[in-house]
Amino acid sequence: MKIELRNPTRTLEIPGAMSVQKLLNKLDVNSASVLVICDGTLVPTDAFLQDDAVVEIRNVISGGAG
Amino acid sequence: MKCRVCRGSAVIDLKRHNANFCGEHFLRFCHQQVEKAISEFDMCEPGDKVLVAVSGGKDSLAVWDILNNLGYEADGLYIGLGIDDYSDPSGEFAKAFASERDLKLTVVDIVEEYGYDVPNGSRAARRAPCSACGMSKRHIFDRVALEGGYDVLVTGHNLDDEAAVLFGNVLHWQTDYLARQHPVLPARNGLPRKVKPLVRLDEREMAAYCVIAGIDYMLDECPMAAGNKHLRYKDALNSIEAASPGSKQAFFHKFLSQGAPFFAEAAQELRDELGSCETCGSPTPNQICAFCRLVERAGGRPVPVQLTARPL
Repeated sequence: MKIELRNPTRTLEIPGAMSVQKLLNKLDVNSASVLVICDGTLVPTDAFLQDDAVVEIRNVISGGAG
Repeated sequence: MKCRVCRGSAVIDLKRHNANFCGEHFLRFCHQQVEKAISEFDMCEPGDKVLVAVSGGKDSLAVWDILNNLGYEADGLYIGLGIDDYSDPSGEFAKAFASERDLKLTVVDIVEEYGYDVPNGSRAARRAPCSACGMSKRHIFDRVALEGGYDVLVTGHNLDDEAAVLFGNVLHWQTDYLARQHPVLPARNGLPRKVKPLVRLDEREMAAYCVIAGIDYMLDECPMAAGNKHLRYKDALNSIEAASPGSKQAFFHKFLSQGAPFFAEAAQELRDELGSCETCGSPTPNQICAFCRLVERAGGRPVPVQLTARPL
């Protein structure tokens, strides 16, 4: 599947179908810090991603705090 | 996963609530969490004149959207900070949000009005960029709220922001900051009440809110915030949260209920110590407030704030 990571933006190709949680584990990404958007739709961590899916992993952590 | 409310397909799982939601019921959940925070901390009431500080990012646009959905008449304030390649695009998101919803947005550009920008101001004042930026914004929030006759100023600080600040304050035992940390800063010296209605919602939830509600927001991070200490604190807290969901909420909200009362006396002393800045009139413990000192060092020009009596 095609993975686009945001902040900073970069793209990856990961072979095979797998769950969102497995993908995040594979990329060593904390699920509390990101949203996963598949083909334009928000998906939960147990969603199954097909091999041909286009997936955005969007960092949600902002630096400003007051 | 099924939505906890309607059993339809869930789009988000919230481990700290042990709950999953479809889009419609997640938006309702967010509205309920904000209503609960407003009520719990007595933040504002229907009929209050509300000003929302908006940056063009997810949190501030989400809280503006939620308050309007809850029936508050909330206007927005955007501050152009003069940060290259970041401030102008951020402002466009805030302006587009306001325009599409026919909401009032006040825009203040610090370069035009004060004669400095955040990068130069932070260098001149020898302050960290986020410190100079935060101080500048707080000063202008006060000024615009006062001039516009607003009762309440709303900021988009969320649970992660507050937990990270608390973490830093505890890590260094900054008791004066601990005394001030609360979702409501009472009205004082003519300035409006300042409130943080998102303290029951975290950053991931706010980003999800924007995606589901169709709110376009600035995805890029401020270049001046890269590597700052709050990001490190958030990272540390999210590692704990992943292993033990609910930790951030317990850390912050149990501080409010069980820890903050120990600092109440110090908080009152801090409020009592405040006088007025000789240059702009803003509340300060010094002769000249930190904002006016920054503007002067950066070669800009202070703008007086005319304080008027406001009931506490």
